[in-house]
Amino acid sequence: MGGTTDTAPGTGRILRVAGPLVEAGEVGGTAMHDLVALGPDGLPGEIVGIRDSVVTVQAYEYTGGLAPGMPVRPLGRPLSAPLGPGLLGGIHDGLLRPLSAAGDWLVPGALDGHADGERVAREFVPLVEEGETVEPGAVLGEIRGVGPLTLRVLVPPGCAGPVRGLVPPGRHDEDAVLATVADTPVRMTGQWPVRTPRPVRARLDTVRPLHTGQRVIDLLFPVALGSTVAVPGGFGTGKTVLLQQIAKWCDADVIVYVGCGERGNEMADLIEEFGALTDPRTGGRLVERTVIVANTSNMPMMAREASIHTGITVAEYFRDMGLDVVVIADSTSRWAEALREFASRTGALPAEEGYPAGLASAVAAFYERAGAVTTLGGHSGSVTVIGAVSPPGGDMAEPVTAHTQRFVRCLWTLDRDLAYARHYPAVSWAGSFSRDAGTLTAGHAAGDDPELPARRARVAGLLAEAGRLADLVDLLGITALPDQERVSVLGGRLVREGLLQQSALSEQDAYSAPEKTAALAEAVLAVVDRCRELVASGVPAARVEEIDFSPVLRAREEAGPHDAETVERLRATMLDRLREVP
Amino acid sequence: MNAVVEYTSVRELRGPLAVVDRVEGVGWDEFVRFTPESGGERHGLVLEVDRGTAVVQVLEDTAGLDPARLRAAFTGTPLRVPVGPGWLGRICNGRGEPLDGGPPVFGTTTSAVSGDPVNPVRREPPAEPVLTGISAIDALTTVVRGQKLPVFSAAGLPHLELAAQIAAQSTAGGQPFCVVFAAMGVTHADAAFVRDALEERSASGELVLLLNTADDPVIERVLTPRIALTVAERLAFFEGRHVLVVMADMTSYAEALREVSAARGEIPARRAYPGYLYSDLASLYERCGRVRGLPGSVTVLPVLTMPAGDITHPVPDLTGYITEGQVVLSRTLHARGVYPPVDALSSLSRMMRKGAGPGRTREDHLDVAAQLLAALARARQVRELADLVGQSALTATDRAYLDFDDAFGRELVDQRRDEARTLEETLERAWRVLLTLPRGQLSMLPARFLDARLPQDGR
Repeated sequence: MGGTTDTAPGTGRILRVAGPLVEAGEVGGTAMHDLVALGPDGLPGEIVGIRDSVVTVQAYEYTGGLAPGMPVRPLGRPLSAPLGPGLLGGIHDGLLRPLSAAGDWLVPGALDGHADGERVAREFVPLVEEGETVEPGAVLGEIRGVGPLTLRVLVPPGCAGPVRGLVPPGRHDEDAVLATVADTPVRMTGQWPVRTPRPVRARLDTVRPLHTGQRVIDLLFPVALGSTVAVPGGFGTGKTVLLQQIAKWCDADVIVYVGCGERGNEMADLIEEFGALTDPRTGGRLVERTVIVANTSNMPMMAREASIHTGITVAEYFRDMGLDVVVIADSTSRWAEALREFASRTGALPAEEGYPAGLASAVAAFYERAGAVTTLGGHSGSVTVIGAVSPPGGDMAEPVTAHTQRFVRCLWTLDRDLAYARHYPAVSWAGSFSRDAGTLTAGHAAGDDPELPARRARVAGLLAEAGRLADLVDLLGITALPDQERVSVLGGRLVREGLLQQSALSEQDAYSAPEKTAALAEAVLAVVDRCRELVASGVPAARVEEIDFSPVLRAREEAGPHDAETVERLRATMLDRLREVP
Repeated sequence: MNAVVEYTSVRELRGPLAVVDRVEGVGWDEFVRFTPESGGERHGLVLEVDRGTAVVQVLEDTAGLDPARLRAAFTGTPLRVPVGPGWLGRICNGRGEPLDGGPPVFGTTTSAVSGDPVNPVRREPPAEPVLTGISAIDALTTVVRGQKLPVFSAAGLPHLELAAQIAAQSTAGGQPFCVVFAAMGVTHADAAFVRDALEERSASGELVLLLNTADDPVIERVLTPRIALTVAERLAFFEGRHVLVVMADMTSYAEALREVSAARGEIPARRAYPGYLYSDLASLYERCGRVRGLPGSVTVLPVLTMPAGDITHPVPDLTGYITEGQVVLSRTLHARGVYPPVDALSSLSRMMRKGAGPGRTREDHLDVAAQLLAALARARQVRELADLVGQSALTATDRAYLDFDDAFGRELVDQRRDEARTLEETLERAWRVLLTLPRGQLSMLPARFLDARLPQDGR
């Protein structure tokens, strides 16, 4: 170390090292957000500040041993993600370097130099003619045989003109040049700077729902394709399990899962499970339409900061092909902490709790990259962002949680009391919202399930009523309530246990199709109605409370994911039983 | 590698920090040896190097040092420690220097104490249990090899006794097993207790003990868990042992971190802890696990006292976000004389489903655990109700739950401090406790288990 000299043009010298913060002088030809190679091992870093002739760099690897005087080489390009068919099924670090190429331990520099590693040839079918004039976003051709999806190769933004040098149909290398448009080579795997949103023709109003297969969400707090969701929850509230359930079962085309500063064992589990799971939609393996970005909590912190941006850039790449993509970021709080740590090291003035003043705008900018769009090529695609938030001490007023709530369209708050009572998913009906519910409801009313809005309103109403009464019951005891209100309390319990609870471990019920969700909700509501009639006809509420409701409570476990018939059969059994009561 | 260069240009000493001027080629995180003219040696780590100025945290504190009569030797690399089986049976201080009168620990090779992150792709999901011989833990929050499971405690509770008992009794199904025990900021009495409790384990060459007592240098604690984990990784992945790393007390560790942060004038986050506390704790806890194709495992058991019993305090809170569950000790149970006072309803082992059950522990284990927890939750509600309306107003079923709750504490949780229970015994006790309830209340247990234990009378 130290003795290495590097005299390439523009090479500067390190002046200061404090953890991931590096300052360097005399670096030539630099611009904000350009990459540099630090020290004799060329550790990657990004320029985040330039003052006089001193550049501030955030390093993406452990900087132990890095010393003033060591060389800093400008790379002359911003942090970019390689976007190509090889991403699917792969597991990458925060800079989108494939982790499978590295060894058991991630020593600094282990992930570099892979570029000339294994390359896979892919089947390419051109869809334009040689010499044809194309616009940005036009489809040059398709890549086939990459899992269940047909991928498109597009003319890059800002590129228009006649197609030259188009390759013939057949297998081509993953980073082969497939054609040249206006002197710009178009590769199967292109590069895009991760901090720049990919351009689109227009943003669309979102009206198509994303089915998650989780009843509490699809029924009460639905999310539209292209929307944004925050999932705040303290530790032990089942945040990661819920997000993994959505990743497994939702009806998007591509899932981008960003494990940002989370547990290594959990990522290992996810990788193993996704590799083994059969895709419910295509029959292939789930991992074939999944991109995993894994930056566990002990991996270099600033790569964690980058991972959020690389994840969403990957999503935009698939969106531009006309696909619906879901980005799951677990957890955005760890990303915000990386911003805070770095701001603190640069000596930036802190705003709330040490976070930089730009936190709110950074959060907003991230969520604004979601959306349903018409792509440059005229296709419609979407990026839906679901971001976990980990509020310290469960404090929902802390800066990251508070700011995130302002910028998202849906909030699924996970409640510690529900989780401790083993009620999963622990989505709080009182503390959550969906601003998409209105537009989606309008769509449903005209569409295949005209009853949905009324059903949602009744279930929500029952939960609210039961919640209000629960406080009274705690004070006065259930016997102090009028009979009809006792039925409301009972109804709340039936909704919670028979409808909203859903076990991620259950073979039958981990996923619930819209028809099963509808049948269960109707069953519970019909049973509650019948109980009200009983009480109205003079049966004491205490007598109704003692009825064995197990048919309607067991229905969710006994019926398979699409099995509305079993639910209806059990509902009939239950209603018969109630008929015998008076 | 640079040769070791010595400087006499120490400009400033402030709290745990030393600032050295006019240095050249000093790298970040480099290990430093200080030699005062008054004799002895102190050690430090480079926290920041800015042009010719290095800021060094001094592990043994700066008391008694005179900048004018102090030499600082920069070793040219981050700190490395010898690793290998030579550590087994040894007792050392928080910096890894022998306390047992023996020679310095010898290793066949050295490793950097900062460690490298395990490639998530190369991790093997944990799947087999570590049996601790403690019923409350084995039955309800089974520890799985490669897991990180903290013990959340409060001042005055017997967490150190529990940690020592776990360290003394744990086994890994007959496979090579050892314990690395890192004590940070414990009192002399506690340190002596830990030594005694683990004497047998130490004598059989299955223990590495690192002791940083409350009056030892505070900053040294920043290093203690890192040495413990570095030693453990070698014993696990290269020597094929299942290693349990006990780190007590992590709150003392976090306080050392805060002290350094404050001395550097860093911008504080929650309760004046540094903003990087999460990442720093993760860099320790995440060193647990198993690696594909390599033998052994590292299981991490951090013990921490929640200041004022507050679970939202940054140290337990951030720990909870990183670790895979928690074992919570309860003051109420302690007051009732139950040892270990494990609050089963607040405790959780996220990995249990992977490491217990058919083929791992016993066929009925997971069902028994689920039924116990469900019944406990109900018993707690009944107890609250009984406090309001009186026992006489309870139904017979409700009273059965109160009996169940008593039996649970007496028969299952409570055990002697030197008592190691086999899993068989633990589960049999669990069954005795469950059968205090009428069969109709045991709906989570499959009928075949119940039929085997209850007379066939239909009820």
